[in-house]
Amino acid sequence: MKRALTTLTTMASVIILMLTGCSANSSTPEVSESDATATGEEATLNVLAAASLQKSLEEISEEFTAQHPDVTIDFNFAGSATLVHNLDSGSPADILASADELNMDKAEQAHLIDADTRTLFASNTLVGIVPVDNPAQVSNLQEATANGVNLVICAPQVPCGALSQRLAEAVGVNLQPASEEQQVVDVLGKVRSGQADAGLVYATDAGLAPNEVSTFEIEGADEELNYYPIARTANSEHPDVAETFIEFVKSDTGRSILEAHGFTTP
Amino acid sequence: MTITKPVNNVRPRPTLSAGIPSSAIVVAVLAGAFFVLPFIALLAGITWSDLPELLTSRSALDALWLSLRTASAATAICIVFGVPLALVLARSNFPGRTLMRSVVLVPLVIPPVVAGIVLTEAFGRRGLIGEQLSALGIDIAFTTAAVVLAQTFVSLPFMVTTLESHLASSGEHYERVALSLGSSKWRTFWTVTLPLLRPGLVSGVVLTFARALGEFGATITFAGSLQGTTRTMPLEIYLAREADPDAAVALSLVLILIAVLVIAVAYFRPKHPHR
Repeated sequence: MKRALTTLTTMASVIILMLTGCSANSSTPEVSESDATATGEEATLNVLAAASLQKSLEEISEEFTAQHPDVTIDFNFAGSATLVHNLDSGSPADILASADELNMDKAEQAHLIDADTRTLFASNTLVGIVPVDNPAQVSNLQEATANGVNLVICAPQVPCGALSQRLAEAVGVNLQPASEEQQVVDVLGKVRSGQADAGLVYATDAGLAPNEVSTFEIEGADEELNYYPIARTANSEHPDVAETFIEFVKSDTGRSILEAHGFTTP
Repeated sequence: MTITKPVNNVRPRPTLSAGIPSSAIVVAVLAGAFFVLPFIALLAGITWSDLPELLTSRSALDALWLSLRTASAATAICIVFGVPLALVLARSNFPGRTLMRSVVLVPLVIPPVVAGIVLTEAFGRRGLIGEQLSALGIDIAFTTAAVVLAQTFVSLPFMVTTLESHLASSGEHYERVALSLGSSKWRTFWTVTLPLLRPGLVSGVVLTFARALGEFGATITFAGSLQGTTRTMPLEIYLAREADPDAAVALSLVLILIAVLVIAVAYFRPKHPHR
């Protein structure tokens, strides 16, 4: 019995420690806020960012940490809805960068972000992709929607899919996809493996497999843009550092990196 | 008037902790709570009034129907291929048997997404076999057949290993007697081996069906995701999380109920008189 008690108390104390550890982090941002008023202080920024931003933001953070050696940046790249969900579930984060305004709106309504810091920093367009040997001979959106062509797009529930629907409506074509994928990279994967004859992806993703896929422009795509908002979270432990990073993303350095990866910047 | 109970009814019940250290009981209770709590949390998180609407949406019904059809088809295929494979592995002696046995287990231990990649390399349009099939006009990419193929691939090990262990433990005694009495091998299989294998077959079917029903990674990688064609329940749940988390919770409840039903059918069936 004594041993059982010891085990139980050990476990209980471990659990209590874990619980209090978590709540101390989230409920007392004021304490650490003062530590990080100057950007010269040591700080770790947790950045939740849309998967399509991975390459650009990683490069931007390298430039940023070169200028601010005391700052470490940890990224969590995922679908925008997942990011907002994570943030809502208490994932430690200082910055949220989503691939659409809808998910940022959700975060703002739930008071997960500081609305004053919210700003648009990039936009993306859709392009068509085909395997390099182009077996179905597709060179425009109309041909991609023809019968017998395996067209793969994003599901309407995710930002790239919503944009695909908007574009199809604007251009007046009826998309009849063979598959609606969860993420842009899945569309790219299906086309580069030759499973699909054509796909719709962000311009930024089309360049990720230049040897395996060819790109075609979609007429009217430049009218239907996807805007990327970024904001500091409401519970950020290092609000000043976070805002400095957001400014850096919008700076000339940040913009040139984003543009090099196919984004359009404001 | 008092009734004296028969002696054998009043004997003390075995105490719960006989032979079990108390600390093990504490840990066991914690482990049990760890399993049960998430399900209680899920039930607590459901908006019951919205449930009928969420569960009868077109996309949910399509996904459920597709899941039941494909998992049943995959289970049937696993029986047809799994029984002979288990027989060969359990009762024959050939040089590569151990290797073969390990190979059968591979789909069990690799991540499902890897299974999807492997299947694409083999049966995809540019795959080793898929290319030949494509030339013959058979294209399984993005079809329901691709879903069944993915489910079969990941669930066949459950069927084979379950059957194999039953075959190994039941021995070949009855078969030897049947053969010595002049029964043909084929007749012995149908009248002796298969009836003896029944309990193993039931467990195998349950595990196979459950695994096929839950298949996600190989399906989304290999078959794609389209309502009514390839988007099974797990894929529908994963997608619903993006736009409508409540629907995802409601659909999860359906899969949990099916799982509970399947387990109940398998493990609380009346005991077979022979065994």
